[in-house]
Amino acid sequence: MRLQKNTLLAIHSVLEFAAQPARQLSVAEIAASLKASPHHLAKVLRALGRAGLVESMRGARGGYRLVANAKRVTLMDVIGVFEDIGADAPRGRRARRPAERALEQVLAEIDQTARATFGSVTLDTMLKLTARHGRG
Amino acid sequence: MSSLIRVRRAASADLPQVIAIDARATGLAKPEYWAGILRRYGRGARCRFLVAEADGRLLGYIVGEVRDWEFGSPPCGWVFGIGVPAQARETGVATRLLEAITAAFRRQGVATVRTLIARDNRLVLSFFRSQGMTAAPVIPLEKDIG
Repeated sequence: MRLQKNTLLAIHSVLEFAAQPARQLSVAEIAASLKASPHHLAKVLRALGRAGLVESMRGARGGYRLVANAKRVTLMDVIGVFEDIGADAPRGRRARRPAERALEQVLAEIDQTARATFGSVTLDTMLKLTARHGRG
Repeated sequence: MSSLIRVRRAASADLPQVIAIDARATGLAKPEYWAGILRRYGRGARCRFLVAEADGRLLGYIVGEVRDWEFGSPPCGWVFGIGVPAQARETGVATRLLEAITAAFRRQGVATVRTLIARDNRLVLSFFRSQGMTAAPVIPLEKDIG
């Protein structure tokens, strides 16, 4: 399972926000922490803002913060902003041979499991997992 | 709230409230099923049907059992059901219930607790995830035989 670069940036960003709920973090600050391009990250954060997961505050001490509930927002909520796990094959490329259709069925099973897994892990749970890995 | 919560074994007087909590979550009242659960899991060292209460109000339930070599697995604790009404969620009730049944399983000498949740039940799945549970090394399979 591979996630796109934008999706990974978004996940790491919302985890930064969830870990520091009282602070507003600037694009530059998060970009430095994630070793990402500020320009690229700004686009990702705007997409998260449009999805209602984060909000930006203007001004000298402005920045982004999480507005969603970290105990309710799941990885799937973040991933779904950027990519569609298990999207149907493009029109005209639908499987026609029985073996292709059978393989599509198996791949769909994998996608369903992936969606359920991402949909069950909240940001709060991710912070706990992160802390556990930090201790290990 | 969580310090005021008391967890104890279920009794027959608890069944109407357990049935109501389950019915609100599933849309189906199952009095005979719950009477059977109380008979099978209400007593015995390896079985647990526990309820949580505070101020005389029943806030939730959990059911489970230690099973040996189920699906080829070494003995482990299985949680079959958990329920907390919407108004009592995020107050630590489910956490206390899971802690209590896990402690009971541990006293029976098992080191693993498992459960099985519908893929689309995000609420309960995310609760068990928040408690540190991860995917088990088993895959549930089914077939339509109708």
